[in-house]
Amino acid sequence: MSALAPTRDAGVAIRGRSLWDDAWRKLKRNRAAVVSAYVIAAMAALVIVGPWVACFAYDFADFSNVMTAPSVATGHWFGTDTLGRDLFVRTLYGGRISLLVGIAATAVSLVIGVAYGAIAGYAGGRLDALMMRVVDILYALPFMFFAILLMVFLGRHLVLIFVAIGAINWLDMARIVRGQALSLKRREFVEAAEAQGVPALAVIRRHIVPNLLGIVVVYVTLTIPQVILVESFLSFLGLGVQEPMTSWGALVQEGSTVVEPAPWILLFPAVFLAATLFCFNFVGDGLRDALDPKDS
Amino acid sequence: MIAYSVRRLLGAIPTLLVLVSLSFFMMRAVPGGPFDKERQLPPEVEANLRAAYHLDEPVYQQLGRYLLGLAQLDFGPSFQYRDYSVTELVMTGFPVSLRLGGSAMLVALVVGVAAGCFAAFRQNSAADHAVMGAAMVGVSIPSFVVAPLLILAFAVHWHWLPAGGLGGGSIANMVLPVVALALPQIAYVSRLTRGSMIEVLRSNFVRTARAQGLSPTQIVLRHALKPALLPVVSYLGPAAAGVITGSVVVEQIFGVPGLGRFFVNGALNRDYTLVMGVVVFYGALIILFNLLVDLAYAWLDPKVKLQ
Repeated sequence: MSALAPTRDAGVAIRGRSLWDDAWRKLKRNRAAVVSAYVIAAMAALVIVGPWVACFAYDFADFSNVMTAPSVATGHWFGTDTLGRDLFVRTLYGGRISLLVGIAATAVSLVIGVAYGAIAGYAGGRLDALMMRVVDILYALPFMFFAILLMVFLGRHLVLIFVAIGAINWLDMARIVRGQALSLKRREFVEAAEAQGVPALAVIRRHIVPNLLGIVVVYVTLTIPQVILVESFLSFLGLGVQEPMTSWGALVQEGSTVVEPAPWILLFPAVFLAATLFCFNFVGDGLRDALDPKDS
Repeated sequence: MIAYSVRRLLGAIPTLLVLVSLSFFMMRAVPGGPFDKERQLPPEVEANLRAAYHLDEPVYQQLGRYLLGLAQLDFGPSFQYRDYSVTELVMTGFPVSLRLGGSAMLVALVVGVAAGCFAAFRQNSAADHAVMGAAMVGVSIPSFVVAPLLILAFAVHWHWLPAGGLGGGSIANMVLPVVALALPQIAYVSRLTRGSMIEVLRSNFVRTARAQGLSPTQIVLRHALKPALLPVVSYLGPAAAGVITGSVVVEQIFGVPGLGRFFVNGALNRDYTLVMGVVVFYGALIILFNLLVDLAYAWLDPKVKLQ
């Protein structure tokens, strides 16, 4: 992508196509990614608005309809769970928590990873070697086990879930940012800008950041589903969000204990979770292809 | 090669030390202990209990004691399972988990490589898109969603296979857990194989083989497969970690008495030594496995020199 970056400053007369224009064009041609992006947007709108307009509260137990199958007549479109709570509103509410954790924990890992990687990459030398050795050591650890340990020993508060997941998920981001920063520092266009006397801050703003941004955006889209997965995993084990709050992982766990008498309790949250992860992966893949300048 | 292995094993020691110390301090730093029960114990009894498990010593002394024990492969006593040492528990759980995880890895490799080759040979055809679409589904759907769905379909609906338990180690009981564990890995392996196989098929030596009139099967088996497998081999480390992680939930869902279940129960009951024991054991296992992978990689790829 760096090869295209200078076209940004190509001239005033001809409006150059920037890296982002190119990427946008390529992304729009990738039908799977575009459809996935719409699905994610629709899903986000649904889980935000849905619980407000739904007929039931997420923690309201309708004792006359316990574990009833989906039906329009009772008003429980997705049926009810083992305590008679409306599954439609719980699925949407769980989606809120899952997406919230996905975005917040990704933000935590983004901050840690970018800062760590950028420092290591710019500093170079011995500090870089030391910092990356730490990352290598952490890489060798079974990180899901660490998330479980953190949840057990920190308690099960929602904010702690963000922190715990974010704190173990920044390694990839740090490696990628560090590699990119290291190679950008030595690129010709950075050298050229420096030779022309462009101030350091402007070099960073105009050349380094845009080139880092692409890869960071890709990894953010790929980290969000990973984080949602980790949160669901923890909630599935009973270590994530606590009742009566819920998330897709907790709902799947609840459903998996009653697959025989009430399969809908498993199916609806499972489909929502799988569809969301699926779409995030597609958008991430699409973005990666779109932002890859080698591939035309 | 032996020198390289020894150096790598020595290099693993600081990693393990970090692992042990991190989890050790994390556990001790937080309020709540294994003997916190709803009914308050008499103070003398609690003091005795704490003394018996050396919980009354300063933390650094506890850590030293633990590390000393580890050096002798002694993980200490379990806090929850009376009269069992953690080493004993790990040794009961691990063979079960190994059988499950090992089978899943094998299935993932065989099926994943086959599917990847199949798709690579039909690049951009409908069959290719179908296989890669299925792989994307496999990547996206976690094993704890797949597992209950498998139970719903094959155990509850069709009654083909048992829904859980060990069943005295019969193969029928293994099928569903192995499939649930293997599916995400199959998806990754097939994506990797397809990508590298497409690249290898474009290379000059494959073109030469084609020009000499070799059949596609011969080309794959004799020339293309070995170089195309390199990315798959380097993925084996993360795959093993993924299978181990997945086994925690899969064992829970299918009621398999493996190490993963000990870990979850230990975590929920604050069984410090058991949780630590499993983490350290699996950490060491992953490190060892990564070393084996690197050796295999060097053996497969003549360009790689171990140093």
